Amino acid sequence: MLPDRLLTIGLRVAQALPVIFGVIVVSFILTRALPGDPAVYFAGAAADEASIAEVRSALGLDKSLPAQFWIYLTDLASGDLGQSISTGQSVASDLATRLPASLELTLISLVLSCSIAIPLGILAATRPGSAVDHLCRVLVTAGVSLPTFFTGVVLIYVFYYLLGIAPSPLGRLDFVYIEPDQVTGFYLIDAAIAGDWETWTGSLKQLVLPAITLALFTLAPLARMTRAAMLSALSSDYVRTARAAGLTEEKVLSTYAFRNALLPVVTTLGMVFSFTLGANVLVEKVFAWPGIGSYAVEALVVSDYAAVQGFVLAMALLFVALNLVIDLTYTMIDPRIGFQTK
Amino acid sequence: MNDTSRRSFLKGAGATALGASVLPFLKVLPASAASGDVVVAVTGQTINSLDIHRTGTNRPSYQVAVNVYDRLVSFGTKTLADGSLSYDYSVIEPEVAESWEFADDGMAIVFKLRPEGKFQDGSPITAADVKWSFDRAVSVGGFPTVQMKAGSLEKPEQFEAVDDLTFKINLLRKSKLTLPDLAVPVPMIINSKVALANATEEDPWAMEYLHKTPAGSGAFKVAAWKPGEQLVYERNDDWTSGPLPAVKRVVLREVPSPATRRALLERGDVNMSFNMPNKDAKELSDLDGITVATTPIENSIYCLCPNLAFEPFKDKRVRQAIAFAVPYDEVFQTAAYGRGAPMWGGENATPTDISWPQKFPYSTDLEKAKALLEEAGYGDGFEVPLSISQSQADWMEPTALLIQENLAKIGITATIEKVPGANWRTASLVEKRLPLHLETFGGWLNYPCYYFFWAYLEGHLFNSSNYRNEEIEALTAETLHMSVEDPDYAPKIKRMIEIVWDEVPRIALWQPALNVGTHDVSGYEYWFHRQLDVRGLKKA
Repeated sequence: MLPDRLLTIGLRVAQALPVIFGVIVVSFILTRALPGDPAVYFAGAAADEASIAEVRSALGLDKSLPAQFWIYLTDLASGDLGQSISTGQSVASDLATRLPASLELTLISLVLSCSIAIPLGILAATRPGSAVDHLCRVLVTAGVSLPTFFTGVVLIYVFYYLLGIAPSPLGRLDFVYIEPDQVTGFYLIDAAIAGDWETWTGSLKQLVLPAITLALFTLAPLARMTRAAMLSALSSDYVRTARAAGLTEEKVLSTYAFRNALLPVVTTLGMVFSFTLGANVLVEKVFAWPGIGSYAVEALVVSDYAAVQGFVLAMALLFVALNLVIDLTYTMIDPRIGFQTK
Repeated sequence: MNDTSRRSFLKGAGATALGASVLPFLKVLPASAASGDVVVAVTGQTINSLDIHRTGTNRPSYQVAVNVYDRLVSFGTKTLADGSLSYDYSVIEPEVAESWEFADDGMAIVFKLRPEGKFQDGSPITAADVKWSFDRAVSVGGFPTVQMKAGSLEKPEQFEAVDDLTFKINLLRKSKLTLPDLAVPVPMIINSKVALANATEEDPWAMEYLHKTPAGSGAFKVAAWKPGEQLVYERNDDWTSGPLPAVKRVVLREVPSPATRRALLERGDVNMSFNMPNKDAKELSDLDGITVATTPIENSIYCLCPNLAFEPFKDKRVRQAIAFAVPYDEVFQTAAYGRGAPMWGGENATPTDISWPQKFPYSTDLEKAKALLEEAGYGDGFEVPLSISQSQADWMEPTALLIQENLAKIGITATIEKVPGANWRTASLVEKRLPLHLETFGGWLNYPCYYFFWAYLEGHLFNSSNYRNEEIEALTAETLHMSVEDPDYAPKIKRMIEIVWDEVPRIALWQPALNVGTHDVSGYEYWFHRQLDVRGLKKA
């Protein structure tokens, strides 16, 4: 079984290679197709034509597109993602600090939203029309209809500005804390490794409001999907059979209905995760969170090619990995699903 | 090191030697309770380099050149009418130079450096360092080279290290702009020994090294820098170019959302919010405990520019008609929340003094506008796109909407065209292809002729209207380097102002302002570079 699974993983990774190459080509072409001239932008306020030309050649933008692409490919092959002009750092180091920031926030908020959405969805499905079902509906509607930046600002206003119980929305750590030495880039993990529980608490406190904001937003699709999947599972033949066989309600729910309902939920979870990671720009802005979304948007606005390409590539790699993990999860939830059965 | 000892260690003064990974902060003390020598400021912008000479260094990064490096000379300080502080353009003060004098023929300046002058690493500041730094600024190209050129500082041969403490600049021409241009952030003095030790064959100016590691003599050192998050300044206790600053540390946090910055300032968790939106400045100015300094930005005007390369605007009367159609007061109140200075409603068609910017002789008069259009043969109006930049939508969008509304009343159909921020400079300034658009230019060197040089001469970057007037071309060239005391200067400038008032290639809307909110901190000073100078700050 195990070598079999390793083989399939290897196969999947190999299949992903052309996709990644396609992403590299497309992101390269698309960034060049964007309106805007980075040389003019970065030459600064009082630049004349000569200095713009100097900047253009310093950035390598005076070369032909194929030549630029070749340079980009050879750099990539040696692991060099290029220099971001807007942050002044190498793209690799930018991604190394910003991706964990986004991942930490997104993962925490997804854990939070799953721990509410899934039980809520199950309860709502088992008691359709009840108070719980209505609560679920209200939460879901509120969650999708309130844009995240709005929820974020309201939460800051109430819990920071009015009540004063939340910490200053100053990003990942208030300035009075020392950031933990980077191991994983996840402050909670790094602080725990360093054994610095003060910083750990500090960074957890900073996470609470943005995580709740994101959780409220991601709650909706998860709860809806759980409810719908559970409803269809509960009305299925095998659940009726299980009930007729006299199994306990608990056994029916957890083993037969929930396990079968989990597949679409996991699919949705994967989609919500990838969506949230790139799309929480507004939350990042409101909470001064140094994440990947705002990085990409700012790079895009000023036509910072290397940064945009690096971002797209990192996201592509992440999604390939994520899809692999989700597919593997399927096979664990439902042994009938295999990679080979196509 | 266990936790308690680390904390007490950090509180101690010995924190200087700590690297960026272990920040010298007081642990677990909120800003409001922080001891008297730490100032926390928030800004919405990112600092992307510690070296102003580097290609791609953005505007907010210029403050590092101000706080971490010194120049030969600096400007004085004055108190404005509203009690806030501003740099004083008319006074040039010593910084690294102790004194200076012009050669008898006026074609050279000789600077005597302070003998006690020291870089942050303790090595002496020598004329060789000044020469190397100036050579670098004129050689690397891009913005620093252009800015040096404004002061007629163009090639390395001009700079001469006579001896260790004597530095000579040979002038290409006599110009009033040279000395002030030495006080702008660009000609900062770099520790050339450190820089050269880190230079390579491909990188003779140590661009890579100085980008992340400043080597200056300034009042503050960079204790930590995380682009996108924060910059921490720490006082250089051995500063030799001025009085020791009152605060020990300044933490500058980047908070992109203006609403969050405002909440932080109102709650008192930060001491300063730099470059606040006009709306917040207006609303917070009445609040107890918060002081808002609103300083009109010198030599800067927000303009509506009709482009003379396009047909209806070739006619002066059409441009004047538009200038009479703008709802100035509404625009100023809506888009600027009344912060800044009005630039309309001047009394005379000829200026009485040479102050700049000053009120243009236009105000909202739709009848006059219609009559002028009629006269020009456009009585039935015409259609024109009105272009604005998406990245400056905060003031451009409301302004454009109000102008559009009034233009409709005189028969001109304007459609608002939003240009992406990355494309704006190319379209408006480089290609100059926008028929009617909003524009903003501010000159660092505070002379009207300097403004004219950039904004009214044909082909110059900020002349996005494609304007050309022979008299303006000639007069600007004559006045640019002329001394202000010259008896010819004022009459010529007045004539120039009169011409551009009459021909209005740029319709002045208002003079913008820089808003800075402070809480428990005094000593904020406005500078022409519009960046935070932390040297004068004091905890209240």
